[in-house]
Amino acid sequence: MSAKEYRTASSARGGLLTVANVPNIAFGDRVHIRDQQGNTRNGQVIRSSDEEVLIQVFEGTSELDLESTWVRFLDEPVEIALSPEILGRIFNGLGEPRDYRPPIVSSLRRSISAAAFNPAARTYPKEFIQTGISTIDGLNSLVRGQKLPIFSASGLPHNRLAAQIVRQAKLPDDDSRFSVVFAAMGVSYADARFFQEEFASSGVLGNVVMFVNMADDPPVERLTLPRMALTAAEYLAFDLDRHVLVVMTDMTHYAEALREVATAKGDVPARKGYPGYLYSDLAEIYERSGRIKDRHGSITLVPVLSMPSDDITHPIPDLTGYITEGQIVLSRELHNQGIYPPVHISPSLSRLMKDGIGKDFTREDHPHVSNQLYALYARALETRNLASIIGADELSTRDRRYLEFADAFENRFVRQSEDEDRSIEETLNLSWDLLSTFPSQALTRVNETEIAKYHRQSV
Amino acid sequence: MNTISNKKGKIKDINGPIVTIELPGVQNGEQVRIGSLGLYGEVISLEGNEALAQIYESTEMVRPGEPVEGLGHPLSVELGPGLIGGIFDGVQRPLEAMFLKAGDQIPRGLSPLPLDRDKTWHFVPSENLEPNMPIINGAVLGKVQETETVEHRILVPPNISGELIELAPEGDYHLEESIGQVRDQQGEIHHLKLYHRWPVRRPRPYQSRDNGIEPLITGQRILDTFFPLLKGSKCAVPGPFGAGKTVVQHQVARWANADIVIYVGCGERGNELVDVLDSFPKLKDPYTGRPLMDRTLLIANTSNMPVVAREASIYVGITIAEYYRDQGYDVVMLADSTSRWAEALREVSGRLGQMPVEEGYPAYLASRLAAFYERAGRVDTMDSGKGSVTLIGAVSPPGGDFSEPVTSHTKEIIQTFWALSKELADARHYPAIDWVDSFSADVSTAAEWWHENIDRGWEKRRSQALGMLARDAELSRIVNLVGPEALSSAQRWVLEGAALIKEGVLQQSALDPVDTFSSPEKQFMLLDLILSVYDAGADLIELGVPVQELSEMSVLARLRRCKELYDSNQIEQLKAFREEALNDFKEIHSEYAQRGEQPA
Repeated sequence: MSAKEYRTASSARGGLLTVANVPNIAFGDRVHIRDQQGNTRNGQVIRSSDEEVLIQVFEGTSELDLESTWVRFLDEPVEIALSPEILGRIFNGLGEPRDYRPPIVSSLRRSISAAAFNPAARTYPKEFIQTGISTIDGLNSLVRGQKLPIFSASGLPHNRLAAQIVRQAKLPDDDSRFSVVFAAMGVSYADARFFQEEFASSGVLGNVVMFVNMADDPPVERLTLPRMALTAAEYLAFDLDRHVLVVMTDMTHYAEALREVATAKGDVPARKGYPGYLYSDLAEIYERSGRIKDRHGSITLVPVLSMPSDDITHPIPDLTGYITEGQIVLSRELHNQGIYPPVHISPSLSRLMKDGIGKDFTREDHPHVSNQLYALYARALETRNLASIIGADELSTRDRRYLEFADAFENRFVRQSEDEDRSIEETLNLSWDLLSTFPSQALTRVNETEIAKYHRQSV
Repeated sequence: MNTISNKKGKIKDINGPIVTIELPGVQNGEQVRIGSLGLYGEVISLEGNEALAQIYESTEMVRPGEPVEGLGHPLSVELGPGLIGGIFDGVQRPLEAMFLKAGDQIPRGLSPLPLDRDKTWHFVPSENLEPNMPIINGAVLGKVQETETVEHRILVPPNISGELIELAPEGDYHLEESIGQVRDQQGEIHHLKLYHRWPVRRPRPYQSRDNGIEPLITGQRILDTFFPLLKGSKCAVPGPFGAGKTVVQHQVARWANADIVIYVGCGERGNELVDVLDSFPKLKDPYTGRPLMDRTLLIANTSNMPVVAREASIYVGITIAEYYRDQGYDVVMLADSTSRWAEALREVSGRLGQMPVEEGYPAYLASRLAAFYERAGRVDTMDSGKGSVTLIGAVSPPGGDFSEPVTSHTKEIIQTFWALSKELADARHYPAIDWVDSFSADVSTAAEWWHENIDRGWEKRRSQALGMLARDAELSRIVNLVGPEALSSAQRWVLEGAALIKEGVLQQSALDPVDTFSSPEKQFMLLDLILSVYDAGADLIELGVPVQELSEMSVLARLRRCKELYDSNQIEQLKAFREEALNDFKEIHSEYAQRGEQPA
């Protein structure tokens, strides 16, 4: 590499460094910055003109001075080295090992900002993944190649749920060539450790690539971390034909890092100080999941994000919901009642469910059963509201049945233990147990054949 | 194609998709190619020798000093046979061809021509044309069978008129072959081809505007019956995420009685476009029986594609829509979602340092939106035919808040508003179109059509149903405060009737093979049937029949299922069921009438 070094830094503020009098530096170029102690920091060119260059410094510019700072332009975009050896390894947001083992040596290096997939190259995801969790399999089914986030909030067991999905997710027919890419942004040591132990105890560690940025690591690294992770996932899926499950936590920390950098750059804020391009930026990440024609692997994405102040209309969950193919929403109310997993089914949704379930995939009654449970539960929640105002004694027998249904649904269907792996058959049978507490004419979303076949009271 | 030597210059500054170039003589709006990769872009402002260009592709690893070339024309689309059935990106690059040529990802700097030059088309010249006749722009030179469904009319380009010198005989032609010559007023001779180009930001000319007279039939009961949209009108579909905007748009694209459907996926999910690409060739158009893809065209700028091309994509879509309108067709264009387009505007304006007004949006948001929606309409074409462009724009308000700038400015322009509700979607009431917030300004025009073609009772039944839904909302509030016991029998029957309307008419499953499409006849039959049952029940309640007894009638459960039990061709069977249902009520009536005669 014939890269030259420059000592012409002209300003430093926040994570941004300006260097003057440098010739024709490429936009997006990677940069090494050497401070007066001789330590190297990493950066990337985010604006380049023929007069000066603006560099985003991942480790920040504190303790840099303008006179003795050396800047070296590497003339390459931010890249990651890839080989099958990445499985079982732990990296930081720049792709450097953080497991005290040597770096990956490979001739295969890829830029982490991949070009968009051609929609004409995609195939529609429709292979049902069984997670063993009734609220997901039965009501918000996940399919291979889908992006289905978990909307959580502080104090809710999203990590345990994500870990359970990783542990139990399988296709009903095979579970071969399965890998996990785990991307942690701004997480606490406790959380990072929890996942590491989880992966170790379930024996998948050798099939996991971890990218970790702790809460006290430089925030700017959180911007490259998910892209590192997804570039690795693409390699595993489309070069090595693996089915990759990518778990990313916590996307809220990612968006906050983006806001921090955007503010420093002076970008015009849109909502709550987040830049107007938050949507496009998140989409660049989420849209890298999917299935590709004539490729055997797939990327299924389960991002976890915490809703600030439990607010689902906050820009981060809001924009995420517009990009992802549904969402699993956790509820503080259910959690406080001791129900695990506290999946709030009313706002939860899986958009790709319709083509991955039913006859030939799960069971022919699945679409209608799911619809019926949703409708009954919505009605039951209304009744519960009513009961809290006028008292349960004032309710009609019909309404009281709804009230009982709500309790049974939450305690038998939603609630399951962390090691309980229910097959889809079990989930659907359990659904009919609950549906059968209603007379068949109250069930308008399931058809007459299904009632005849599965309703417990029908002859 | 362009024989004039192109303007050359160099790059000065790169700020993401906004690049400053030094290119003397370049025009505002001109297309440019920048850098050694030849990335495509468009000039958006000029200052001295420098110009700002927005680039449709990622500018990673592009450097100052690299060359720039001006192409001498604004962003234009190719208009000719071969568009239908295709999928194009936001600047009309053919995605199928790019996939075959370049693989899974979209490479930079690649720009295959939108229309296939190797293919021949069988051209049949118009019979009424002869050499030496005067000919105007927009005149039909002849036709080409583009797909089995679409007869493509070859038009004289909008900027050429004069005297027809020569017209090619019937035969097979490539796109680049001359099929005619026109001498214009200045004496210049133009060679006409099967295609021509048109700049996307300039509306195509027409003779005059006309009023919409006929509703667009979408087969969706809540849309056609309650909030009709006229052909040539404009409509917005706002809704928070998960409320079902995309399904509504897909349903309209599937079942609308339009000649051509253009679906613009603007900043949305890649998999949704794949869904259309996969399912439309297998689905049959209910009006022609041909595969739906034979009348459909997709423009795809998925959310991860460069944001500037997103801004261009809806103009590419509407220009193609106008082109088919000029051939005398009824075109529906769906834009999903206009919010993403507005965000692209915001992103570019932010990079230019323009003063933001509302939530970071530039001050020209409202005027750009209005100018875009105004390109919809029913017109007299230059060739004296009738054509229309119906525009349906999805809006994605942040947090589902309809008071945000894009929704509120859109609402001022459109005629029909299909508002989606989170509450309905959460209860799996689909389509989750809220009957309180939605509106249509064209009900009276639509009524004329319904009265003439379906039934004279349409408008009356429609308002009766809406009235009951409003009563229902009012009564439900009382129930929520004091419980159902506080209501009279008649009031509780209203609740029952409203529930029947919701479940039997408004809810419609896009996944059920029968329910997914309702012909206008079936729509009216279902509504009339349910309201007749309600009326019959209301009479009984006056006679003193307890509401409990009516609510438990088995015929009601069947009534809720009629929508999926009888398809659009089984109107007679539906009528028979109606007799059966009303008979049940008559029996109770006579029972109580007898009791009433006997002394207690």
